[in-house]
Amino acid sequence: MKDVELKMIERAKELLASGEVARVIGWKKGEFYFDPVPASFETVEELDSLVYNYFCGANLSKYLIEMSKKEGKTAVFLKPCDTYSFNQLVKEHRIKRENVYVIAVECLAKLDINKIKAQGVTGVTDVEVVDKQVKVTSLYGEVVLNKPDVVLEKCSVCQKTHQVKDEEIILHERPERDVNRFAQVAELEAMTEDECFAFWRNQLSKCIRCNACRNVCPACSCVKCVFDNPASGIAAKANDDKFEEQLFHIIRAFHVAGRCTDCGECSRVCPQNIPLHLLNRKFIKDIDSFYGEYQAGETAEGKTPLTEYTEGDTEPNDVFKGEAK
Amino acid sequence: MQDVTTEKKEFTPNIVAFCCNWCSYAGADLAGSSRLTYPANVKIIRVPCSCRVNPMFILKAFQQGADGVILCGCHPGDCHYVTGNYYTRRRIALLYSFLNYMGIEKERTRLEWVSAAEGARFSAVMNDFVKTVTELGENKRLTDLRVKEGE
Amino acid sequence: MLKIAKERLNDLYAKIAESMGLFIPIKRAGEVNYAVWAEGKEVSLETLKTVKSPKNAFFPQTENMMKFKTEGKNLEVIDIRKDWSEEKSFVMFGVKACDYKAIEVLDKVFLAEPVDTYYQLRRKAGIIVTLACSRPEESCFCKAFGIDATSPLGDVTTWMDETYLYWQANTEKGEALTALVQDLFTEGGEEEVAAQKETTAAIIDKLPYSNLDLSRFKPENLNELFNASEWEEMSEACLGCGTCTFVCPTCQCFDIRDFKTNEGVLRYRCWDSCMYSDFTLMAHGNSRTTQMQRFRQRFMHKLVYYPSQNDGLYSCVGCGRCVNKCPQNLNIVKVIKTLGGKNND
Repeated sequence: MKDVELKMIERAKELLASGEVARVIGWKKGEFYFDPVPASFETVEELDSLVYNYFCGANLSKYLIEMSKKEGKTAVFLKPCDTYSFNQLVKEHRIKRENVYVIAVECLAKLDINKIKAQGVTGVTDVEVVDKQVKVTSLYGEVVLNKPDVVLEKCSVCQKTHQVKDEEIILHERPERDVNRFAQVAELEAMTEDECFAFWRNQLSKCIRCNACRNVCPACSCVKCVFDNPASGIAAKANDDKFEEQLFHIIRAFHVAGRCTDCGECSRVCPQNIPLHLLNRKFIKDIDSFYGEYQAGETAEGKTPLTEYTEGDTEPNDVFKGEAK
Repeated sequence: MQDVTTEKKEFTPNIVAFCCNWCSYAGADLAGSSRLTYPANVKIIRVPCSCRVNPMFILKAFQQGADGVILCGCHPGDCHYVTGNYYTRRRIALLYSFLNYMGIEKERTRLEWVSAAEGARFSAVMNDFVKTVTELGENKRLTDLRVKEGE
Repeated sequence: MLKIAKERLNDLYAKIAESMGLFIPIKRAGEVNYAVWAEGKEVSLETLKTVKSPKNAFFPQTENMMKFKTEGKNLEVIDIRKDWSEEKSFVMFGVKACDYKAIEVLDKVFLAEPVDTYYQLRRKAGIIVTLACSRPEESCFCKAFGIDATSPLGDVTTWMDETYLYWQANTEKGEALTALVQDLFTEGGEEEVAAQKETTAAIIDKLPYSNLDLSRFKPENLNELFNASEWEEMSEACLGCGTCTFVCPTCQCFDIRDFKTNEGVLRYRCWDSCMYSDFTLMAHGNSRTTQMQRFRQRFMHKLVYYPSQNDGLYSCVGCGRCVNKCPQNLNIVKVIKTLGGKNND
């Protein structure tokens, strides 16, 4: 991945130096190997601190809402999954496409530091990836982990490819894989109502209502969220009751239905590790089965499943038929 | 020994019915003027179009103590605003399926198309829905305990 | 000093829980948070950092304050605090040194005049059993704030190694609790504890953040720090979520809201976050309109405003929760390193 990083820095420097772009959005070196921060770079010198490694999981698309309003062009590094969010935001007129220069970068799955820690490794100070092995150096010694065990959830089921690019930096070939991202959703669907309720009760009761899932979500781009609006009657800052937990997550998932690209940021950022992607994927799965396969963000044009219809659509009372609980 | 205090109180569910102004609400009117009955615990909320019903309305109804929510609109193709109920159909299909996925009993939510001429159908639908929810019992999964304080 | 074999800890929990509430780190759906102990719950004392800090026991995320009931023209205000004060005391078990220090930080806010009686009642009822750290992590930096993770204070201090939990009462409350559970313990452990303290202290010295230089964060530098040009860049990636504030053991801001019940009105308070756009929203609008200002507020409060009003006590305790949990890896350490003293390089 170091070769990709060097190439990215080189290209970014060229673009800035030539004046083609006014700024570059990428990831900046953190304190450790595993905590890079999304950042914008405006000078060639700053670019020496640009990093691209196995922990650059953050989706940079949402930052473009503000960045693309600025004077001059903005170059951005987008991983395959990020390009879907980008397209979706362009479609919703949130990003000015003409102000953005998209550099597609390869992604060989990103790692989840929490999963590494969950393997019992504490005091992590460095991480090195060699093929399918992850070598973790900690205050308490060295451990070698199996890469598939510690990749981000969104990466473990990813089959995405770049949907938009002005140029690309792809130096390694990505192995083909066959994965089913709906496997967990199907498992839940197969459960009884009581079991489903118990599962979600257990998960959602952990919610601390920090709004990280909402604020990181590229589909949640409302200027003022209904949950922040005191006049809406449902604004709340904390989970005052179990109902609030459900209300917030149901409404949020519904609001992004048909627009969620399954970028997986909500699950990545949840401090309580609630599997929020399972909410969004239920909508995606239902949309696929009721109205035909649809992937949000594949293009920057066209309608979304909830803004169109056919005369013979599934009836709401029929959605449970054949899978009665 | 017989315990008199545990005598079972009959459960009457709170039902909220969102009815579109042009068809279903007129259908309810017709049911009334035709002297057809439907249970008094069905509270009708008139909306301009079934499409006006935001999922939040449905959740709010449950929060405030509804045991069942039914949404009624014009038959597909007959919408006063031409296409409103087509959108309703998609949204609500996804919402109901999703609520069930969260463990909310599927019998608690329903959608029926009732035209202005279907007074008898309106009455039948409401009677049937109330019966279903009564059998199902109180809504405990999608309710705000604070609302029920003092009950 | 007293000791108890680790496999007998369950008896200890059961004994305490017989007469009072026992809050202890419990694993639920994969995450460890303080919760009420009951037989069969998965206790995880080894967990260094619970997601939510123990402040939740004294300053809960949501707390009902009072009720209003109207009848005709009469408004009745119902004090619901009584319910709480009559309740028996409770034990917070396994509080780490940083989190204990954080309670001291909260005390200075809530117990200063005018006293926050809700907080005070809970503080009086709570018995804090601390647990010394033996496996600190890379994100820990309590040492930078002068906290000794190897021997925390509290009503009772405990240490834990592979086989035993060692117990030492520090206060009257602690003595009373000890008397209740004494039968389960045997004497001894001084040597083991001393050895553990030494080993842990050596690890703490090696932690990457242990020697942060805070020397520039002084009230006299307030203006200079406030106007620093680096805030813009540091806050650029901030999402404006409340994760850092909600996992923080010292964040103390709250909002008061009313909720309409079938019977009347329930007034409650809940944690608020200075990261939110509607924080301290007033009639004229918001006092801090950009995320940079909100971001700056949080760190200035921790490192400059609070210490300037509390004899130099920082309102960060170096628990490192925000370091671990920030979605975009922003944190107070990065702020300290950017704006702090020159020994941070």
